[in-house]
Amino acid sequence: MRWISVLAAGGLVAAGMFVVPAVPAPEEKRLSIYSPVANYALNVTERNGQDYVGLVEILEPLGQVTAKTDGQKWKLRFNKKDADFKANNPTARVQGKPIDLTKNFVLENGRGLVPLNSLTTLLPSFLGIPVIFHVTARRLFIGQAATHYSAEFNKAQPKLVLNFTSAVNPTIATEPGKVRMSFVRDPLLPSGPETTDFDSKVISSTTFQENNGVAELTINGSVPLLASFSNNGRTITIAPAPSSVQAPAASTASPATPAPGASTLPLITASPSPEGPPPAPIRRVFAVLDASHGGDDRGAAIGQFAEKDVTIAFARRIREELQNRGIPALVLRDSDATLSLDQRASLANGTRSQIYLAVHASSEGLGVRVFTALMPAGGANSGPFLAWDNAQLQFLPAAQSAAQSLAAELRKKLPVRMASAPMRPLNNLTMPALALEVATQTGDTAELTSPIYQQLVASAVADGIVAARDKLGAPH
Amino acid sequence: MIPRHLKIGIAILLVAVLVAAFYLRRMRGRAATPVPRVADSRPIAPPVAGPTEQVTLFVAYDDAGILRPQSTRLTLPSGRQQRAQELLRALLGIYLDQPSPHPIPAGSEVRAVYLVEPNLAVIDTNAAFADGHRSGIFVEELTVTSLVQTLAANIPGINRVKILVDGKERETLAGHADLSALYDTAAVSKAVEQLGSSQ
Repeated sequence: MRWISVLAAGGLVAAGMFVVPAVPAPEEKRLSIYSPVANYALNVTERNGQDYVGLVEILEPLGQVTAKTDGQKWKLRFNKKDADFKANNPTARVQGKPIDLTKNFVLENGRGLVPLNSLTTLLPSFLGIPVIFHVTARRLFIGQAATHYSAEFNKAQPKLVLNFTSAVNPTIATEPGKVRMSFVRDPLLPSGPETTDFDSKVISSTTFQENNGVAELTINGSVPLLASFSNNGRTITIAPAPSSVQAPAASTASPATPAPGASTLPLITASPSPEGPPPAPIRRVFAVLDASHGGDDRGAAIGQFAEKDVTIAFARRIREELQNRGIPALVLRDSDATLSLDQRASLANGTRSQIYLAVHASSEGLGVRVFTALMPAGGANSGPFLAWDNAQLQFLPAAQSAAQSLAAELRKKLPVRMASAPMRPLNNLTMPALALEVATQTGDTAELTSPIYQQLVASAVADGIVAARDKLGAPH
Repeated sequence: MIPRHLKIGIAILLVAVLVAAFYLRRMRGRAATPVPRVADSRPIAPPVAGPTEQVTLFVAYDDAGILRPQSTRLTLPSGRQQRAQELLRALLGIYLDQPSPHPIPAGSEVRAVYLVEPNLAVIDTNAAFADGHRSGIFVEELTVTSLVQTLAANIPGINRVKILVDGKERETLAGHADLSALYDTAAVSKAVEQLGSSQ
């Protein structure tokens, strides 16, 4: 009987599924890429025993990329730079210059795969900035993208305070006497040695490791440990679980070092251990200055200059003036890079700073215009989630208050207008967001490129932000 | 001998056939006669003459940096959509005049205004309008708010406005004013008030 044999076979297969022990699938190889624009991970493909990765997938988050196949040839265009690849050929040409890929280029169904080892030579030719590739860990750092950490151990309490140069979001796993923190999206690097030993049984050491696109920080101890976040994700404190504090604490004797609190502008120390060199103070970013336009987007024409060049000059001067007043500030576009409005919003939101200021320049009108966001229709915020188009809504009163402080200071020197403007990325930001449009004082566009005028405006803007600081201080 | 009821039946049938033939002949004649075209009341071009209506255009003035409500009389068609188009064309006409309070590029045009939902108006401008527009937050804001405010003030029931360029969505007007989102007419109205008060 045929149907009986079919049933029997099906039953055997089903039984086999339960009986045969599951063989763990090999871990998928991943490449993590960290850049000032975006942090992301890609799957690594193996071809002929070598690791390959899709080139378009790497470049897509970094700019505008298109690719087309012409027989065995593959042409790629990234931010107006042309590159030619040929299937099964180890040499590519970027802007006509030959690049050695070390292994053959692979073309599969229109998808171009390049050897992982070629990224250190290939990417700088597209991006114009150096990259650092941790080959064995498959972690690629573009430009200055890196988050460093320092460990500060307090024997008296006892607790370990880990300070990070920017906010981090690790996955934390605890096991007896160990806390493992996995940083998938954070470009974490140690500022000192990979292993730091503490003279304590409670928390004995920290170890940094990186593997398969992930950085892992392990804190070893002899008691159950707990991790807690503070300082807007820039500080992680590791302390014994409450029931295990008493006994081991008695074994430590060195003086206590205060841990950074959750104040709005905490000082962060950078020393691997209490016995190390004196800490170098690093401050959290309070203001993000976005030099508008840049790269392909030249902005308005200002005399013989492009708006993008004028805005960066103003942004850098404002940063300097703020830093002179003790306010840490970051220029979001500190080079001639093309950044989309979404990228600007994501980067600014990632800094968790207290104020965002987009700097624009115009040859129309006189003085300075200070704008807050004109919110678009729809997309109401609901519960813990913020609608992208209306993320600014809850920060608008603070932004308007800051705009008034800024306008008051500017008015002492220049004509000022205040308005709300329908412009992005103001409405996408999760901090009080302002835009500044700097026009001339007398109608002469040359003023906008004059260091004296730039200094006058930058100084007034910095005074305005100082005046608004108390209103902006509350962490969000 | 034919029964009487059969005779009556045949007679009725004959009468019916005759009436039907007559009716058919008449219908055929009517079908052959061309039907005179009913005049289309919808204007195919904006009327150049006829009764005028009082409307308020919100005109941008670069020198003062504000929108000024300007009452004027226009000859408008009866449909809401066509009225919206004519209003905005009149507004752009002011900007295209010499001297202009808020110059816009030559050839700028409102291609159409669509009232796609009862409360949503979509303004479709041409490429000349956006491509040649002066770049700057303030100057672009004046243009956008004057279009939205003029529409909201004269076409009742519109509370959201979308601006397209050549029928397509565009990120910004000339690098600054956001065209990707829908404009809330109430928010624009407040922004216009703010412009006037911050002068």
